[in-house]
Amino acid sequence: MAIRVQLEDFDVGAELEALSAGNHRIGGVASFVGLVRDLAEGEAVAAMTLEHYPGMTEKQLAKIEAEARARWPLEDCLIVHRYGRLEPGERIVLVITASAHRQAALESCQFLIDWLKTQAPFWKLEEGPEGSHWVEARASDDAAAARWAEPADAKPDAAE
Amino acid sequence: MKVLYFAWLKAKTGVSEQEVSPPAEVTTVAALLDWLKGQGPGHAEALADLSVVKVAVNQEYARPGDPVRPGDEIALFPPVTGG
Repeated sequence: MAIRVQLEDFDVGAELEALSAGNHRIGGVASFVGLVRDLAEGEAVAAMTLEHYPGMTEKQLAKIEAEARARWPLEDCLIVHRYGRLEPGERIVLVITASAHRQAALESCQFLIDWLKTQAPFWKLEEGPEGSHWVEARASDDAAAARWAEPADAKPDAAE
Repeated sequence: MKVLYFAWLKAKTGVSEQEVSPPAEVTTVAALLDWLKGQGPGHAEALADLSVVKVAVNQEYARPGDPVRPGDEIALFPPVTGG
Protein backbone atom coordinates (compact mmCIF):
# COMPACT_ATOMS: atom_id res chain seq x y z
CA MET A 1 0.00 0.00 0.00
CA ALA A 2 1.56 3.27 -0.97
CA ILE A 3 0.77 6.89 -1.67
CA ARG A 4 3.04 9.25 -3.52
CA VAL A 5 2.56 12.92 -4.35
CA GLN A 6 5.27 14.04 -6.74
CA LEU A 7 6.38 16.47 -9.45
CA GLU A 8 7.90 13.84 -11.70
CA ASP A 9 6.20 11.46 -14.10
CA PHE A 10 5.66 7.79 -13.29
CA ASP A 11 6.17 4.59 -15.30
CA VAL A 12 2.83 2.77 -15.47
CA GLY A 13 4.32 -0.54 -16.58
CA ALA A 14 6.98 -0.52 -13.90
CA GLU A 15 4.43 0.35 -11.20
CA LEU A 16 2.07 -2.43 -12.33
CA GLU A 17 4.92 -4.91 -12.34
CA ALA A 18 6.20 -3.84 -8.92
CA LEU A 19 2.76 -4.01 -7.31
CA SER A 20 2.10 -7.63 -8.14
CA ALA A 21 5.63 -9.05 -8.23
CA GLY A 22 6.04 -11.98 -5.88
CA ASN A 23 2.49 -11.96 -4.51
CA HIS A 24 0.77 -14.99 -5.96
CA ARG A 25 -2.45 -14.40 -4.06
CA ILE A 26 -3.18 -11.62 -6.55
CA GLY A 27 -5.46 -12.75 -9.35
CA GLY A 28 -6.42 -9.37 -10.77
CA VAL A 29 -4.85 -5.93 -11.06
CA ALA A 30 -6.87 -2.88 -12.11
CA SER A 31 -5.46 0.52 -13.00
CA PHE A 32 -6.59 4.01 -13.87
CA VAL A 33 -4.38 6.66 -15.46
CA GLY A 34 -5.61 10.26 -15.66
CA LEU A 35 -4.19 12.45 -18.44
CA VAL A 36 -4.25 16.16 -19.25
CA ARG A 37 -6.62 16.83 -22.16
CA ASP A 38 -6.17 19.60 -24.70
CA LEU A 39 -9.81 20.63 -24.49
CA ALA A 40 -11.97 21.47 -21.47
CA GLU A 41 -15.52 22.85 -21.57
CA GLY A 42 -15.00 23.53 -25.27
CA GLU A 43 -11.86 25.62 -24.73
CA ALA A 44 -8.33 24.80 -25.75
CA VAL A 45 -6.00 23.98 -22.87
CA ALA A 46 -2.31 24.73 -23.39
CA ALA A 47 -1.29 23.46 -19.95
CA MET A 48 -2.48 23.13 -16.41
CA THR A 49 -0.80 23.69 -13.08
CA LEU A 50 -1.82 21.48 -10.21
CA GLU A 51 -1.53 22.98 -6.76
CA HIS A 52 -2.00 20.94 -3.61
CA TYR A 53 -1.87 21.20 0.16
CA PRO A 54 1.24 19.29 1.25
CA GLY A 55 0.51 17.28 4.35
CA MET A 56 -3.24 17.29 4.04
CA THR A 57 -3.03 15.71 0.59
CA GLU A 58 -1.14 12.69 1.89
CA LYS A 59 -3.44 12.48 4.92
CA GLN A 60 -6.61 12.50 2.83
CA LEU A 61 -5.22 10.01 0.31
CA ALA A 62 -4.30 7.69 3.20
CA LYS A 63 -7.86 7.93 4.55
CA ILE A 64 -9.34 7.15 1.12
CA GLU A 65 -7.00 4.21 0.73
CA ALA A 66 -7.91 2.89 4.21
CA GLU A 67 -11.59 3.15 3.26
CA ALA A 68 -10.99 1.10 0.10
CA ARG A 69 -9.15 -1.55 2.11
CA ALA A 70 -12.03 -1.71 4.59
CA ARG A 71 -14.54 -2.25 1.78
CA TRP A 72 -12.68 -4.64 -0.50
CA PRO A 73 -10.21 -7.46 0.14
CA LEU A 74 -7.17 -5.81 -1.44
CA GLU A 75 -3.76 -7.38 -1.61
CA ASP A 76 -2.18 -4.08 -2.51
CA CYS A 77 -2.88 -0.65 -3.94
CA LEU A 78 -1.00 2.41 -5.11
CA ILE A 79 -1.98 6.04 -5.62
CA VAL A 80 0.44 8.39 -7.39
CA HIS A 81 -0.68 11.98 -7.96
CA ARG A 82 1.44 14.62 -9.62
CA TYR A 83 1.47 18.36 -9.04
CA GLY A 84 3.09 21.27 -10.86
CA ARG A 85 2.73 22.31 -14.52
CA LEU A 86 1.56 19.63 -16.93
CA GLU A 87 0.83 19.77 -20.66
CA PRO A 88 -1.79 17.89 -22.68
CA GLY A 89 -0.97 14.20 -22.92
CA GLU A 90 0.96 14.17 -19.67
CA ARG A 91 -0.04 11.78 -16.90
CA ILE A 92 -1.64 13.31 -13.78
CA VAL A 93 -2.69 10.44 -11.59
CA LEU A 94 -2.28 6.69 -11.28
CA VAL A 95 -4.42 4.32 -9.22
CA ILE A 96 -3.63 0.61 -9.08
CA THR A 97 -5.50 -1.98 -7.06
CA ALA A 98 -4.75 -5.68 -6.72
CA SER A 99 -6.93 -8.42 -5.31
CA ALA A 100 -7.57 -12.13 -5.58
CA HIS A 101 -10.43 -11.45 -7.96
CA ARG A 102 -11.31 -8.92 -10.62
CA GLN A 103 -14.45 -7.46 -9.09
CA ALA A 104 -12.72 -6.17 -5.97
CA ALA A 105 -9.84 -4.80 -8.03
CA LEU A 106 -12.05 -3.05 -10.59
CA GLU A 107 -14.58 -1.65 -8.10
CA SER A 108 -12.00 -0.38 -5.63
CA CYS A 109 -10.03 1.28 -8.43
CA GLN A 110 -13.09 3.23 -9.52
CA PHE A 111 -13.95 4.05 -5.91
CA LEU A 112 -10.46 5.43 -5.28
CA ILE A 113 -10.43 7.73 -8.31
CA ASP A 114 -14.01 8.90 -7.66
CA TRP A 115 -13.32 9.71 -4.02
CA LEU A 116 -9.91 11.17 -4.71
CA LYS A 117 -11.45 13.74 -7.06
CA THR A 118 -13.73 15.10 -4.33
CA GLN A 119 -11.57 14.61 -1.20
CA ALA A 120 -7.92 15.17 -2.02
CA PRO A 121 -6.92 18.86 -1.84
CA PHE A 122 -5.73 19.51 -5.40
CA TRP A 123 -6.68 22.46 -7.61
CA LYS A 124 -6.16 22.90 -11.34
CA LEU A 125 -5.20 26.17 -12.96
CA GLU A 126 -5.80 25.86 -16.71
CA GLU A 127 -3.95 27.95 -19.28
CA GLY A 128 -6.02 28.70 -22.37
CA PRO A 129 -6.24 31.28 -25.15
CA GLU A 130 -8.10 33.69 -22.84
CA GLY A 131 -5.56 33.40 -20.05
CA SER A 132 -5.53 31.28 -16.93
CA HIS A 133 -8.44 30.25 -14.78
CA TRP A 134 -9.05 27.91 -11.87
CA VAL A 135 -11.08 24.85 -12.78
CA GLU A 136 -14.37 24.68 -10.90
CA ALA A 137 -15.48 21.53 -9.15
CA ARG A 138 -18.11 19.64 -11.13
CA ALA A 139 -21.41 18.37 -9.78
CA SER A 140 -20.91 15.21 -11.82
CA ASP A 141 -17.77 14.45 -9.82
CA ASP A 142 -19.71 14.83 -6.56
CA ALA A 143 -22.38 12.52 -7.94
CA ALA A 144 -19.76 9.95 -8.95
CA ALA A 145 -18.31 10.00 -5.44
CA ALA A 146 -21.76 9.89 -3.82
CA ARG A 147 -22.50 6.58 -5.52
CA TRP A 148 -20.03 5.05 -3.08
CA ALA A 149 -21.46 6.71 0.02
CA GLU A 150 -22.95 3.47 1.32
CA PRO A 151 -20.59 0.58 1.90
CA ALA A 152 -20.63 -1.73 -1.11
CA ASP A 153 -23.43 -4.16 -0.36
CA ALA A 154 -21.98 -6.94 -2.43
CA LYS A 155 -18.53 -8.07 -1.46
CA PRO A 156 -18.16 -11.43 -3.14
CA ASP A 157 -14.78 -12.68 -4.18
CA ALA A 158 -13.37 -12.72 -0.68
CA ALA A 159 -9.62 -12.96 -0.75
CA GLU A 160 -9.47 -16.52 0.50
CA MET B 1 -3.09 30.39 14.69
CA LYS B 2 -1.84 29.92 11.16
CA VAL B 3 -4.15 30.45 8.16
CA LEU B 4 -3.26 29.01 4.74
CA TYR B 5 -4.89 30.04 1.45
CA PHE B 6 -4.92 27.97 -1.73
CA ALA B 7 -5.84 28.43 -5.41
CA TRP B 8 -7.92 31.57 -6.06
CA LEU B 9 -8.25 32.29 -2.35
CA LYS B 10 -4.51 32.87 -2.35
CA ALA B 11 -4.78 35.13 -5.40
CA LYS B 12 -7.66 37.19 -3.99
CA THR B 13 -6.28 37.62 -0.46
CA GLY B 14 -2.77 38.15 -1.77
CA VAL B 15 -1.29 35.86 0.89
CA SER B 16 -0.52 32.16 0.98
CA GLU B 17 0.02 31.97 4.72
CA GLN B 18 -0.43 34.28 7.68
CA GLU B 19 -0.28 34.18 11.46
CA VAL B 20 -3.43 35.63 12.97
CA SER B 21 -4.52 36.33 16.55
CA PRO B 22 -8.27 36.78 16.47
CA PRO B 23 -10.09 37.95 19.62
CA ALA B 24 -10.90 35.32 22.24
CA GLU B 25 -14.56 35.10 21.24
CA VAL B 26 -13.57 33.63 17.87
CA THR B 27 -13.88 29.97 18.77
CA THR B 28 -15.49 28.39 15.69
CA VAL B 29 -14.76 28.07 11.98
CA ALA B 30 -17.77 30.30 11.18
CA ALA B 31 -16.63 33.02 13.59
CA LEU B 32 -13.10 32.89 12.22
CA LEU B 33 -14.31 33.29 8.62
CA ASP B 34 -16.44 36.23 9.69
CA TRP B 35 -13.48 37.84 11.45
CA LEU B 36 -11.13 37.19 8.50
CA LYS B 37 -13.57 38.99 6.17
CA GLY B 38 -12.73 42.17 8.06
CA GLN B 39 -8.99 41.81 7.54
CA GLY B 40 -8.89 43.77 4.26
CA PRO B 41 -10.63 44.17 0.91
CA GLY B 42 -8.91 41.13 -0.57
CA HIS B 43 -10.09 38.96 2.30
CA ALA B 44 -13.60 40.39 2.04
CA GLU B 45 -13.74 39.57 -1.67
CA ALA B 46 -12.27 36.10 -1.26
CA LEU B 47 -14.74 35.22 1.49
CA ALA B 48 -17.80 36.92 0.00
CA ASP B 49 -19.38 33.62 -1.08
CA LEU B 50 -18.72 30.98 1.56
CA SER B 51 -20.56 28.32 -0.48
CA VAL B 52 -17.39 28.00 -2.57
CA VAL B 53 -14.95 28.06 0.35
CA LYS B 54 -13.87 24.83 2.02
CA VAL B 55 -12.14 24.84 5.39
CA ALA B 56 -9.70 22.41 6.94
CA VAL B 57 -8.59 22.54 10.58
CA ASN B 58 -5.30 20.76 11.22
CA GLN B 59 -5.58 19.14 7.77
CA GLU B 60 -9.04 17.65 8.31
CA TYR B 61 -12.20 18.95 6.62
CA ALA B 62 -14.17 21.14 9.04
CA ARG B 63 -17.72 22.45 9.30
CA PRO B 64 -18.83 25.95 10.33
CA GLY B 65 -19.53 24.93 13.94
CA ASP B 66 -16.24 23.12 14.48
CA PRO B 67 -13.86 24.65 17.04
CA VAL B 68 -10.72 26.63 16.24
CA ARG B 69 -8.00 27.19 18.83
CA PRO B 70 -4.74 29.09 19.09
CA GLY B 71 -2.01 27.02 17.48
CA ASP B 72 -4.36 25.43 14.94
CA GLU B 73 -3.49 25.26 11.24
CA ILE B 74 -6.49 26.52 9.32
CA ALA B 75 -6.68 26.18 5.52
CA LEU B 76 -9.15 27.92 3.21
CA PHE B 77 -9.58 26.66 -0.34
CA PRO B 78 -12.09 26.19 -3.15
CA PRO B 79 -13.82 22.84 -3.79
CA VAL B 80 -11.11 20.43 -4.87
CA THR B 81 -10.47 19.40 -8.49
CA GLY B 82 -7.82 16.71 -8.43
CA GLY B 83 -7.65 13.44 -10.29
